[in-house]
Amino acid sequence: MTTPSLGKDLLGLEPLSREQIELILDTAEPFKEVSERAIKKVPALRGKTIVNLFFEASTRTRISFEFAEKRLSADTVNVVAQGSSVQKGENLVDTARNLEAMRIDMVVVRHPSSGAPKFLAERIRSNVINGGDGTHEHPTQALLDMLTIRDRCGVIEGLKVCICGDIAHSRVARSNIWGLTKLGAEVAVCGPQSLMPGSIEELGVTVFRRIEEAIEWANVLNVLRLQLERMKAGYIPSLREYYRVFGVTLERLERAPRDLVILHPGPMNRGVEIDSRVADGPHSVILHQVTNGVAVRMAVLYLLAGGRPELAESAKASERGGGA
Amino acid sequence: MSASSRTTLLDASGVRDALDRLSRRIVELAGGTDELVLVGIQRRGSDLAERIAGLIEAREGRPIPLGVMDITLYRDDLQTIGPRPVIGETRLPVELDHKWVMIVDDVLYTGRTVRAALDQLADFGRPARIGLTVLVDRGGRELPIQADLTGLSVDATPADRVEVLVSEVDGRDAVELVQGGTK
Repeated sequence: MTTPSLGKDLLGLEPLSREQIELILDTAEPFKEVSERAIKKVPALRGKTIVNLFFEASTRTRISFEFAEKRLSADTVNVVAQGSSVQKGENLVDTARNLEAMRIDMVVVRHPSSGAPKFLAERIRSNVINGGDGTHEHPTQALLDMLTIRDRCGVIEGLKVCICGDIAHSRVARSNIWGLTKLGAEVAVCGPQSLMPGSIEELGVTVFRRIEEAIEWANVLNVLRLQLERMKAGYIPSLREYYRVFGVTLERLERAPRDLVILHPGPMNRGVEIDSRVADGPHSVILHQVTNGVAVRMAVLYLLAGGRPELAESAKASERGGGA
Repeated sequence: MSASSRTTLLDASGVRDALDRLSRRIVELAGGTDELVLVGIQRRGSDLAERIAGLIEAREGRPIPLGVMDITLYRDDLQTIGPRPVIGETRLPVELDHKWVMIVDDVLYTGRTVRAALDQLADFGRPARIGLTVLVDRGGRELPIQADLTGLSVDATPADRVEVLVSEVDGRDAVELVQGGTK
């Protein structure tokens, strides 16, 4: 049996196989325990330099990556460039060349333009990890969602997962759809018509127009954050109206035929897409997602940093010569 | 794939005798069982540590704290070999400070696994003493590391493989030397 490898970069879940996704989730398991130790650090990435290159605001994802990097003993630098002052294409090439000149090993990049991490990955030798690009993908978020679902439900195959909210603009939704369908889950989406992309059925998902139908159908709801600027842009009439029609409320969950697991990638708008009583209640695994985020990112960094999978097979063969 | 010959170095009763002898000598070396903690290295080392703990408990009438360690994240060959497919569990059930910690592994070869295990133990506490027990010492050290207690010593060449089979994983207990074959 050959072990799947991830290759040089993690740009999204669309290009990954089921085996590669499962490799990441399985590798994340032992990393959970590292964060429970008194000394929360292992030397696996000692001497590696990692740049967190954020062209778009982020607190949670950046901090989670930074914890993951530090707990693997890597050296990290945060570069925060505000999107408005950046000439996208040209600036990214320049940034890439400068990073290469400083002999870095890995880059985590978040960028408002879909495809920016791929653009970067094709131009530098360092490993590139997509920390969220435009409306394209946010692979580590979907991986931590899947790890959390697997923790709670045991298996992903055969589960019914509904992603609720602004599907059209959501890279979290897109990565979740790719990942979950590859692992054999049934995936649905639910949200206002105005926030639903036109060709969504082509991704193999069911579309629910009413949140009640989604709740009746699903084992798991992944409730997306409603970007408040969507209201100004006229996609929804008002936040109150959104909560009334699409809010995941305790009353709605209590009418469900089975206990649901509720995920939310954060940060939450309490009383908009989710009821506070749900967010803080027994259905919610939202803080578990945050904990798992560090473990999943450690797994991705570890798997990419090794980088020479062609040697792994021969090494395993020679290791059979005797352990210690 | 070339032809290889397989020699049995220890059969099931040989393994049983060796573990029995090692379990007695561990207690002697540690001066009793009061501070003793056994730590098995994943994967077969942890099975052997569990057996040894069971033997000591049966004789001394008290359970011996038993931990397991996967040393993958402390290896020095991530760059050259790449990530391991599956990292096992690390679980140390007691504080290690002031304890008599006996590391248990199946085969002692280059010494690099033990080096990694010592680094990892240091991140978990400061034992009073750390020892090393192996079922087989096959020679070929690349670091200045030796076992305190050895079940069997064998002079194997780098081309040979020494395989420790345990019933928990392999369905039977044995130590076998495989010569002249490439896997």
